[in-house]
Amino acid sequence: MSSEPTRPRIAVFKFASCDGCQLSLLDLEDDLLAIAGAVEIAYFPEASRRMLKGPYDIALVEGSITTHHDANLIQKVRRSARTLISIGACATSGGIQALRNFADSGEYVRMVYAKPDFISTLRMSTPIGEHVPVDFELRGCPIQKNHLVELITATLAGRKPAIPTSSVCLECKRRSNVCLMVAAGTPCLGPVTQAGCGALCPAYGRGCYGCFGPMESANAPSLAERFTILGAQPPEIERAFRTYNAWAWQFRKVSEEVRTS
Amino acid sequence: MRKKQYRLHQSDLSSLLENLRRRGYQPYGPQRRDHAIEWLPLDGIHQLPAGWTTTTAPATYRMQERSDQALFGYWTGPDSLKKLLHPPEACLLKAEYNGGVRFVRQAPAEVKRAFIGVRACDLAAVAALDRVLLSDRWVDDIYQANRNGALLIAVNCTSSAPTCFCASMGSGPRARSGYDIALTERVGDGSSEFLAEPGSEAGASILEELTALAAPAGWEKEAEESCQSAAAAQTRAVDASSAPAVIDRTFDHPRWDQTARRCLACGNCTSVCPTCFCVNIEERNALDLRSAERLRVWDSCFTQAFTYIHGGSIRTTPKSRYRQWLSHKLARWQEQFGMPGCTGCGRCIAWCPAGIDITEEMAALEASSGSTYPTGVSTHGN
Ligand code: SF4
Ligand code: SF4
Ligand code: SF4
Ligand code: SF4
Repeated sequence: MSSEPTRPRIAVFKFASCDGCQLSLLDLEDDLLAIAGAVEIAYFPEASRRMLKGPYDIALVEGSITTHHDANLIQKVRRSARTLISIGACATSGGIQALRNFADSGEYVRMVYAKPDFISTLRMSTPIGEHVPVDFELRGCPIQKNHLVELITATLAGRKPAIPTSSVCLECKRRSNVCLMVAAGTPCLGPVTQAGCGALCPAYGRGCYGCFGPMESANAPSLAERFTILGAQPPEIERAFRTYNAWAWQFRKVSEEVRTS
Repeated sequence: MRKKQYRLHQSDLSSLLENLRRRGYQPYGPQRRDHAIEWLPLDGIHQLPAGWTTTTAPATYRMQERSDQALFGYWTGPDSLKKLLHPPEACLLKAEYNGGVRFVRQAPAEVKRAFIGVRACDLAAVAALDRVLLSDRWVDDIYQANRNGALLIAVNCTSSAPTCFCASMGSGPRARSGYDIALTERVGDGSSEFLAEPGSEAGASILEELTALAAPAGWEKEAEESCQSAAAAQTRAVDASSAPAVIDRTFDHPRWDQTARRCLACGNCTSVCPTCFCVNIEERNALDLRSAERLRVWDSCFTQAFTYIHGGSIRTTPKSRYRQWLSHKLARWQEQFGMPGCTGCGRCIAWCPAGIDITEEMAALEASSGSTYPTGVSTHGN
């Protein structure tokens, strides 16, 4: 028997999603080796055929809940994990597939599938946190690799992860981007979006798309008003808020109100 | 005795750059980048924004072509010397574990940089940062290393931007102190000349080496007059002397709620403010726990984490954060440091994506601060 202390066991689960967030885990390269040394990757079907049963110390959960089967499964995942971390926009807000929540998903099914009868799906795409208690939500579409490492490192070291919940603007200014809204009149979701990407899009002349979801005190109505002053029409404003995090309530509410106001 | 004043031609600026380099300074100057004029390392005079100006309004900044070829015919941009003297990110400490713990703290080395084109309001901002970061009680050695190596070449404002209110804050438009050399541009046909005044021994010796030409009689008077007309044309103002009393009287003023409905709590105002110095300390460690580092990054009183103490944040709402920002800039800073934390540069007005205007906010508080809403310490102020 090895005398090594038991390493924390990690499991990775996937629900409705594109796999991009899990792939960031495989994408970690050198860090992945360090992580594999520090933890036991007990369940990660995307990476290994070895699938050990729970309980797990940490469950990383990607994807949103869109079927009855998944709604049941997430309960089991929760019971099997000491710490549950949802990763990515799908798991934390319902993802791009939550656009169906604003429409009649039955109609989509009839349009897309030749035999709609075979499709059994929930009307809405919902985040993990609407089904079970979540210990930490790691935002992003996709998540940032360095956030994931920081989160695992901090969890193992027993300290708070250094992952900010303030605006993208703070990162934008730290890297000396010139503000697009002020200097070019380009609508940008940065002021209402949680930091994390390092203000990637503004650095390349594009307004923020809101990949990291609403920041801690997102004032979406005020930003929508600014977009209007910049000349955006209600349908454009609605579209701006309805992307990867459309179902996050701050974005959802403003996108519903903008046409009626 | 009056200090000697010099006459520089535009072509002398190239010799100035050479002179600065010989003395070991990396010159920095205003340059066009993306949609703005920013501080960047200056290789040659041709990089200065000749013929460009900027126009500002709440939430708006635009570059525009001028009808002449003025080199310094623009106003403050999104960045300031704060970016270079008090950098957005710095490593404070590294620690290694190899059986025992070893801390590595490298004392920051002096960085010699010469800044050409510092506005009077930004000289005042440097003075404010000096007051906070180089006080006798506590010295920030990163700032100190950058500051000791900084040579400041000011350019007086002979006109002002619509968002400027330096005149009311007593910081501009003419540089009165804190510079090594102060220039006043005289835009001519195709090229400019400059009235140059030394403000330090280093500045005097640079000018002596550059030229023997004394400024013509009358240039000084003309410079003073154009700066004064720039001051007179400013439409925004803040009365710093009454501000603390007004702010204290208006803790529960409904205006804070109205502004909070617009405020995005994004922190752009504190980021662009040349005197906002707040930082956060972040710890990072390697997965194997064998090394760690302590970083310092710009922070803002608009974040929730800013007032986090065990159990939660004290300022939970954007309202309380906006009130903190305005009170700190115009009242609390005066009490603590004997000077306002605002120079009237107008950056926070132009770069606030919601177009919130600190002068308008102060005016609104002031106008109704004698009226009948409840005063005193609030228990529901958050
Ligand atoms: S470009 Fe966007 S993210 Fe950057 S400061 Fe402006 S509003 Fe904020
Ligand atoms: S005042 Fe303006 S720049 Fe400052 S936090 Fe509020 S919205 Fe952002
Ligand atoms: S508070 Fe605004 S006007 Fe005053 S110094 Fe700061 S950025 Fe400039
Ligand atoms: S206004 Fe806010 S960010 Fe600026 S110095 Fe004061 S507390 Fe710090």
